[in-house]
This record gives sequence, structure tokens and C-alpha cells, in this order.
Amino acid sequence: MVEIRPLVLPGELIDERKGRKLGNTVYEENGKVYSKVLGIPKVSDEEISVVPLAGVYMPKVNDRIIGIIDEVEVSGWFVDINSPYKAFLPLQEALTEFVDISKVDITRFFDIGDIIFARISKVTKHKIVQVSMKQIGSRKLIGGTVIKITPTKVARVIGKGGSMINLIKEKTKSQILVGQNGLIWIRGGNVRKAIEAILMIERESHIIGLTEKIAKFLEEGK
Amino acid sequence: MKIESSLIVNGKRVDGRKPEEIREVRMKVGLIENANGSAMVSFGKTTALAAVYGPREIYPKHLQDPEKGILRVRYMMLPFSVDERKSPGMDRRSIELSKIIRTALEPAIFLEEFPRVGIDIFVDILQADGSTRVTSINASSLALASAGVPMKDLVCACSIGKVDNVLVLDINGIEDNNCQADLSFAMMPGKDKITLIQMDGLMSKEELMKAIELGRKTCLKIYEMQKDALRRKYEEVAKE
Repeated sequence: MVEIRPLVLPGELIDERKGRKLGNTVYEENGKVYSKVLGIPKVSDEEISVVPLAGVYMPKVNDRIIGIIDEVEVSGWFVDINSPYKAFLPLQEALTEFVDISKVDITRFFDIGDIIFARISKVTKHKIVQVSMKQIGSRKLIGGTVIKITPTKVARVIGKGGSMINLIKEKTKSQILVGQNGLIWIRGGNVRKAIEAILMIERESHIIGLTEKIAKFLEEGK
Repeated sequence: MKIESSLIVNGKRVDGRKPEEIREVRMKVGLIENANGSAMVSFGKTTALAAVYGPREIYPKHLQDPEKGILRVRYMMLPFSVDERKSPGMDRRSIELSKIIRTALEPAIFLEEFPRVGIDIFVDILQADGSTRVTSINASSLALASAGVPMKDLVCACSIGKVDNVLVLDINGIEDNNCQADLSFAMMPGKDKITLIQMDGLMSKEELMKAIELGRKTCLKIYEMQKDALRRKYEEVAKE
């Protein structure tokens, strides 16, 4: 019999607040903290939150995401970030060199369909989202395969301190980049095996002892 | 179908139930892979299938609200759901029921977290035998929760009717057509807040208060069933 992590449902009482910080998947009423979503509760001395088991990606500043160029404007690009909201990548946030937009067509840098690894740099109250590529690691991703998983399960795919993703990288010899928005880019090595392992994590994210199960799965039929 | 004879004989209703007994309830979560969340709920023969898409961008664009998200519900009875073929598509009744389901669910959802986008719920009645709107509310509530939409609480609903001067729970098709009054009732049981009361026919004040109390008790039972259905989905994955 496989054990599963205890679940909370919307409206279920988690704990008394007692001055702790609240995550954005919980709400407070009369000093008591309730869950907003179906998920796994995380209660510590500092914070109460719930890790949801389903849901769309809501952009958050400093998230590293994988995006697909959707539209090209005069001085920037609209990026599909696997969220209800589109993000905007301004020209000056994408390149370090000077570009005279009156002379240059910016599709020479990024065109529709290109995949980029970027960082969310700004989210306004009305959810106007901006991304930036001015950090180490941000780049255009060439080749490879992009798969989509439930964004709320990204944390499980990465694992504690990157343990799970490093395990997959090591066993399949693939290059893998995980976006916080649920898009995962894989290139080289045993791509099929890597995808299977990631989808397995997504499906069984609430089961205890998943890392061992994945390790065993990656060992099989190598 | 109008029936002249008595609908309650020796304390038993047309389908053999006691007045305060609900039909067999079945709930299943996660049937439609393409949707963000889905659920099917049956009360006896009445079966509703709900699918939730979103939060996602909504079109036409003038519907977008920069302050909060919007909820759209489309309720429809499928052509084969009733004895005589129902012509497909929206009619006056479907539009009304869509609105009722939406207003019953809206208080439970944190729509202010989704400015400029919307959530779509599509409810189809596969088989109709009375109480379709409350079945739809139960199915939609489960589908919303399984889609990960932030909610204050699950929404539970039940119907109460007055048949032969007796208050009965969860009315079926025959009772629906012949009752003196019928009341649709939805609430958030965890918060003890009512989100829908709609009545057709005549009831005294005392009867109405009694009906609401009856509805409240039943919703608490349905609440447990809904929680069970949601948990069961994740337990099934663990068993495989």
C-alpha cells in the first residue's frame, strides 16, 4: 500500500494563525487559516501555505521561466509563458548591444516560435507582466523538446535543493531546463526516458517515497 | 407529465423513498483530460457533467474586467437527456439556469486574483430527472476545486419540494412536474453561508424555514461526499 501525503481541500481549516506569515494559497478568517485550493499543507513556525495539486501558472517576480515568442512588436516581443497572462519582453531587456529600431527588423534576434529562458522582472497589480533576459543563464534555447506539466508540480520535479532534477540529468545524460511556469526543455541524451520520468513525477507528486521510485525507474532498462 | 393521483402513499414517494431521503449520489472527479478540471455528479438518474477551462484569456475582449476575473457558465441539456428530444443549443431556460449556477458559485471564488481573465464552466446534463440545476452546481463546484481555482469553500446544493403538503428532499422528474412548490438551495457548508435560494410555487413561512433547515442538513452530507470524491481521485493514483 502506497502512502499519500495528507490533502486539504478548499475551505478546510489548516491551523490557527498565531502571527505567522501566510502563503497566497490560504486565507484568514477570525484568526484561523483556511486553504483556498486542493493541495498539500505546509505548516512551519514561520509560514502557513498550501502547495496546490492543480492550477494555472500565476507570474511572480524573479521566477525563471521558459517562454515562447508569440508576437513581434516594434520594440519588443510578446511571450507566451503558459499562463493566462502574456508577458512583454522589451528590446532593452533582451539585448546588451545598441539596436537602431528604425533600421533593423528585430526578428533577426527573436522570431515567432523561438523559445527563450528568461526571468519575470515585473508584475503589476493588474497583472501586466514583463520579462528580462539580463541574467546569467537567460538565453535563446536552440533545438531540443519542450514539454508541459502542471505548473504547481514544478517544485516536485526540481526536488529538495535540485535533488530530483539532478538525478534525472545524471541518469539520462540530458540537458534539462525547468521553467517555474511548467514548461521543461530537454535536449540530448535519453530524452524519452527523461520525459517519462518527469511525467511520472507530475502524476504521482503527492505520493511519499517518490524519489526512490524515480531512481528505480531510471535504473531500469538502461 | 401531470399525475392526478397521490404522490405519497403510506409515507413512501413514487420511487419508494421516504420524504427526507435523497437518491443515490455518485461523484467522480477528473474525466475530461483536456479541461483544467472536470467532474460528473449523479443524483439517481439525473447526471451532470461539468468541465472547467481556465483561468484563461477571454474573448470578446470587452468582457474583460481590469479589476477582477469573470466567471462564465454555460448550462445545457443534451438532446437525448429527456424522453422527447430536446432541440440542442441554448434556449430561454438554459440561459436562466446558466445565470443561476453562476451566481450560486461566484461568492465562493476569489475572482479578484484574476484581473482581465476569466473562468469558463460548461455543464451538460446527460440525463434529466428533476433537480438538474442543483446537480449542476455540485458538479461545477467539484470541477472548480479539481482545476485548482482558489475558492473560499466548496458549494453544495440540493432541492426541496412540497408534494401533497409534505416537504420532500431531492425531488425527481415526476415530483417536479406535480409539486406544489420546489426550492433550489445552495450553500457553502464550511462557512454556513447560503449562496442560492430559488422557489417556485407556494409555501408558508414556517414551511420555508423548515425547508431551509432541511437543505442545510442535506448540504452538510453532500459536502462530505464532495470532499470524499476529491480525495478519492488522488488515492486512486497512489494505488496504481
